[in-house]
Amino acid sequence: MAARKVTPRLIEMTVNGQAVALDRPPMARLLDVLREDLHLTGTKEGCGEGECGACTVLLDGQPVCSCLVPLAQARGREVVTIEGGPADHPLKRAFVEEGGAQCGMCTPGMIMAALALPPHPSMDAVRHGLAGNLCRCTGYEAIYRAVQKAAAERAGGAT
Amino acid sequence: MRTALSRLALHEPRTLAAALKLMRSAGPLVPLAGCTDVFVQLQFGTQPALAYVDLSRLTPLRRIQRQGDVLVIGALATYTDIIRSRLVRKSLPMLVAAAREVGGPQIQHRGTLGGNIANGSPAGDALPVLAAADATLVLANADGQRRVPFSAFYTGFKTSVLKPDELIVAVEIPAVEGVQWFRKVGTRAAQAISKVVMAAVRAPHPRIAVGSVAPTVVRLPRTEAALAAGAGIAEAQRLLRQEIKPIDDMRSTAAYRLQVSANLLQEFWETTA
Repeated sequence: MAARKVTPRLIEMTVNGQAVALDRPPMARLLDVLREDLHLTGTKEGCGEGECGACTVLLDGQPVCSCLVPLAQARGREVVTIEGGPADHPLKRAFVEEGGAQCGMCTPGMIMAALALPPHPSMDAVRHGLAGNLCRCTGYEAIYRAVQKAAAERAGGAT
Repeated sequence: MRTALSRLALHEPRTLAAALKLMRSAGPLVPLAGCTDVFVQLQFGTQPALAYVDLSRLTPLRRIQRQGDVLVIGALATYTDIIRSRLVRKSLPMLVAAAREVGGPQIQHRGTLGGNIANGSPAGDALPVLAAADATLVLANADGQRRVPFSAFYTGFKTSVLKPDELIVAVEIPAVEGVQWFRKVGTRAAQAISKVVMAAVRAPHPRIAVGSVAPTVVRLPRTEAALAAGAGIAEAQRLLRQEIKPIDDMRSTAAYRLQVSANLLQEFWETTA
């Protein structure tokens, strides 16, 4: 079958609270649009096949791998990337303090996945919530500590 | 990314009727929803199709409901929908167990039950559950619907009776009597494709289904019949070894899969005694 000519349509969505309209192909990866068109390079490409979670963003509040989302599926929806939160978010601070970030490749995805955890997550909930994110530096324990520390801080019980 | 995504056409129907019309008139189209398989194929350059149809906005197909004694799960229900569903937790806990073992949360939020079936990998985590539960698939095209027993759906490795203009729209699961059991064995607890995956029901006539050990998910009729007739576990394991045909591949070896399948049978039998 011959390639159909694709007429680009403007695709509108909200990224980090701002409305954007993009003239990009519907099957473009959300990951590439974020990085190359919107210059939000905090979202990383690790594996490109949904295995590592480095490209995790929130789509209508749910963590998803942006390498597996065609742009058309983000139409009319809300995307939040690592650039979306305040720079002094407790999670970001806790990652620094606990050594949760080493090479940094997995860190944005880890933080986006952690943002979707319920308040006061148990260690089991943290492990499951971050099960879709691979880290090859830390051995995970420092990351789990950082997430629990930030959760305690947000709950007003900072240690 | 080995596939030039900018060359790909995407249809975006708003209703099932519109989607089925497209499947008939604009095909061949590859349906997509959560994209957790299709975009991996595009990344690897193994998906040659140039035209796709996005089913993800067909929200009625995401519904999970009971019709009498039958649990009806829409093809677009995600693993997260399944995990959160009281109905599924109550009547088909082995499917909840399977859904929790799929990828990680990011994949569970996007991947759909219908996609797992349509992709047809022998390693699909939900497929042994559907086989053990004697599920029926509801297939639709522009002319109407037909029902196919899940056990008659696959015809070989990644092939099925699904016609080019048909979509999987729902899965019907009759009430399952007995104790349900599920276990996936992979390289690590999350983000791993199974080496062996088993779903089983402990009842007067036990039902046992295994994935990753043959070109399609398989039931073990002779093993089941022997256990129903009172055979010991050693005899059941001997029959199991005859009923599965695992291979060596990048994830495991035939010998390992045979041994682990036999071990899982024993674990199922002992923990549900």
